[in-house]
Amino acid sequence: MSAVMNIGLGSKVWNFPGGLKLNGHKQMSAGSAIETAAIPRQLILPLAQHIGAPAKPLVEVGDYVYRGQTIAAPDGYVSMPIHASSSGTVVAIEARPVPHPSGLTAECIVIETDGKDAPLPTPELQAHPDYRQLDPSHLRNLVRQAGVVGLGGAAFPSFIKLNPGPGAQVDALILNGAECEPYITCDQVLMREQADDIVKGAQLIMHAVQAPQCLIGVEDNKPESIQALEQAIARLDDARIKVVVVPTRYPQGGEKQLVQALTGREVPSEGLPLDIGIVCHNVGTAATVWRAVTQGQPLISRVMTITGGAVRQPRNFEVRIGTPVSELLAQAGGTHSEPARLIMGGPMMGFALSSTEVPVVKATNCILATSQQEIAPPEAAMPCIRCGECATVCPAGLLPQQLYWHARARDFDKTQDYKLFDCIECGCCAQVCPSHIPLVQYYRYAKTEIWEAEREKRKSNQARERHEFRQERLEREEAEKQARLAAKKAAIKKDDDKAQAPDPVAEAIARAKQRKAEQQVAADAQPMDKPKAAKVDNVDDLIAQAKAKAAAKKAASAKKEDAVEAAPVDDPVAAAIARAKAKAAAKKANQPAEDKPAEAKPADKAAADDPVAAAIAKAKARAAEKKAAQAGADDKPAGEKADEENDPVAAAIARARAQAAARKQEKGE
Amino acid sequence: MRLSSPHLPVQPTVPQVMRRVLLGLIPGIGVMTLFFGVGVLVNIAIAVLTALLAESIMLKLRGRELGRFLTDWTAVVTAALLAIGLPPLAPWWLPAIGAFFALVFGKHLYGGLGYNPFNPAMIGYVVLLIAFPTQMTLWPTPLGVGEGAPSVQAVLTAAFGGSLDSFGGIDALTGATPLDHVKTQLGLAMTVSEAQQGRMFGLFAGQGWEWLSLAFLAGGLYLLFTKTIRWQIPAGVLGGLALISGLFWLGDADRFASPLFHLTSGSAIVGAFFIATDPVTASTTPRGRLLFGAGIGILTWIIRTWGGYPDAIAFAVLLMNMAAPTIDELTQPRVYGHKSGRKRRED
Repeated sequence: MSAVMNIGLGSKVWNFPGGLKLNGHKQMSAGSAIETAAIPRQLILPLAQHIGAPAKPLVEVGDYVYRGQTIAAPDGYVSMPIHASSSGTVVAIEARPVPHPSGLTAECIVIETDGKDAPLPTPELQAHPDYRQLDPSHLRNLVRQAGVVGLGGAAFPSFIKLNPGPGAQVDALILNGAECEPYITCDQVLMREQADDIVKGAQLIMHAVQAPQCLIGVEDNKPESIQALEQAIARLDDARIKVVVVPTRYPQGGEKQLVQALTGREVPSEGLPLDIGIVCHNVGTAATVWRAVTQGQPLISRVMTITGGAVRQPRNFEVRIGTPVSELLAQAGGTHSEPARLIMGGPMMGFALSSTEVPVVKATNCILATSQQEIAPPEAAMPCIRCGECATVCPAGLLPQQLYWHARARDFDKTQDYKLFDCIECGCCAQVCPSHIPLVQYYRYAKTEIWEAEREKRKSNQARERHEFRQERLEREEAEKQARLAAKKAAIKKDDDKAQAPDPVAEAIARAKQRKAEQQVAADAQPMDKPKAAKVDNVDDLIAQAKAKAAAKKAASAKKEDAVEAAPVDDPVAAAIARAKAKAAAKKANQPAEDKPAEAKPADKAAADDPVAAAIAKAKARAAEKKAAQAGADDKPAGEKADEENDPVAAAIARARAQAAARKQEKGE
Repeated sequence: MRLSSPHLPVQPTVPQVMRRVLLGLIPGIGVMTLFFGVGVLVNIAIAVLTALLAESIMLKLRGRELGRFLTDWTAVVTAALLAIGLPPLAPWWLPAIGAFFALVFGKHLYGGLGYNPFNPAMIGYVVLLIAFPTQMTLWPTPLGVGEGAPSVQAVLTAAFGGSLDSFGGIDALTGATPLDHVKTQLGLAMTVSEAQQGRMFGLFAGQGWEWLSLAFLAGGLYLLFTKTIRWQIPAGVLGGLALISGLFWLGDADRFASPLFHLTSGSAIVGAFFIATDPVTASTTPRGRLLFGAGIGILTWIIRTWGGYPDAIAFAVLLMNMAAPTIDELTQPRVYGHKSGRKRRED
């Protein structure tokens, strides 16, 4: 309690700048209780339902799977497993349309359900009713194995946010129940009907991150939810947890805005809430975490809203992950008319779906089937008249009119001067623009272009490095060849012009050596931007950096809808680059070791009869030795994949990667 | 084409904003007509027609969509703002030439709506002021001064080229404006209070002019309350003008007119609420707008006091238009999660 007093959070609600009062349209779907949606004939489970690397399938076509069975395993630290949402037979592992603004296809595991909904004979996850006995790292593992991601829409792997890292001080856990987007009510009804699970989840997370208090932020348009939460807190008699009622104003539920409203603190640019002592989770995530740990339930279903003017019976469903949207529309009584636009997510930040055959994924909080009057008609924009209304409503304090101006002119440096990457894409600016300019689209375009340019730069850097390595190798080989020849010559004509032969050879060797030294210096000079990884040696660090960058990029592009085109292409490329780099490093490490015996022989031979050749040989041997030593060190990271949770080096890398990835995740409702 | 988020219908439109500005002008135009005669309306009609014609021709030449841009009301607003600055006994070609220059040179040659760096109405106004100084300064005497507002016949005769002899000649119908008068009298080494004697002056400024300013103020407040404009620019203009005129007036009340006189004379109010607030050419950051407005206020006073022209809003606005991009650059607000608003590129 004393900590609570000291911090004094939760006693006051701060303001965030800008924002909009929007018509909520929440009564449409919030009226009835959560209904359980029927299990569909076919479940389509994309391998990438989270920020981070797609999962790797563990099953094959034809396999029978049980409900809750892990059918795909995480591939890397920022990655999550996928579980079968019901029992049945795997009928395909192939590219299917997935929920994505561009209408992309991606690898999915398709299960033909058998209607039995048979659970695993022996559950993979054990129930741990008394989680307080578990240490935080064990808790995190359980949450990871259960495949829990942020259910607010960003789908960031939750276990990472349960790991504040050594030395981090958490002042408060914030549960995000603001749900500021119009139409969406899944959190509202969840708080109303399952408040106990949410509060227990809060207790569990507080235990995991060692938070002294928890603030649950709820907008004041949800009085029933607020009441239910307060009753649950009273039942559980936990004075550390407090419901904080915040004004209904979009984007109140944006992570940064909610943190600001509840604590008066701002998440630093490119930073995490953790940097200011805050851990933030969605209310639905908290309930899911609690069930995962205490009941051993993997994330195979979620509560989501199906609403909009075109839907006959808007409501909230408990839906199995992987259920096609078309099935849900049918279960909501069908549609009055062809939806004017089918949107996944809310009307402010969601994206239009091109097909009803895409599945509900872990991040899906709403399916919005709109009537004609509910959406902006497709129209041509007028020129910007610089009225500045966009700047008035921007919750980030940006100047959207300037960002637009420079994005349009492709002056991307300038967009970064105007802090493009602090844009959370909430859409307030576009919502008040009298010229009806699709502003957010311009910002996504600019971000994508900047990422693209950065990737190009990295790629060409790598190509140059590779070229230089090759050049160096060729030169060295040439020098060695000449040395061998010279040695041979010297051996044959012992007494003839001794001075002639060594000269060019020595020079060549000196050149090669000098180059190598320069390279070494360059490598040493590489900045280490992650202090936690500082102990790791150079090559490790580089690999970690490359991987972290790749992961971060992937995370970012997976979230940013318009990074679309880039994302799927980007990911394998970045990964391939990282792999190539690691391989190159490994090769470099191995090569000298292989070379050594070959070059040692003639050198030894020469040493017997010629002092000059002997000197050369000695120098060479020394160089080789040095390289071999290096090789020993280099081998490690490229060689085997360490267990991230146990190995301190790998853990550091992983943390760095996770942090970078998390940094890009801006809206973690 | 907007298919990405946000998906909700957007309320305000550019034509709506422009129509609100026109609505806000109605009280001012009404009072002006009352005091200065129907010449005001004739000027507006001629300017609007010319502006629409010029806009159509330019849109056509530039290959732009006629329907969408001609109906956006921006040309009408420009023409109206120009016309209310013209003397209501002007020959017909004065508003016509002004509107033509405003639309063609002030707007379309820069790329049309949204791309003009200078306030088009003020471009038109300044062209007229420099090219036709005589016609531009022949203001009719307002109601309650001299002959009073000119009759409809007198206005039409003046506008379309007849002889004004039957009305007693142009000199009988016109007189110096209060700003003009004070400037001339101060030049003759009179004190401000001496200069402000006579029927030309009303309660606190020029007879008629003060009511005109109040009417425009009412329209301006309507724009503020409907959030068509934000408070920073008007506050900046009026604050800047009041501040500098107040300082000098406090220093020497005989040689410098009072802030109240400055605020309610000439086009200070209409300039603060309707002209300086043209969004395209003004600064767009909150602090920048305050600075932009203050600059206009201060320049207006300087030109009024020491310059060659009695009123100065037009010049002040154009000068500050030039400074607007720099002001914007230097007054970026602090962004969430950053320590200061100053721009800093990371690499």
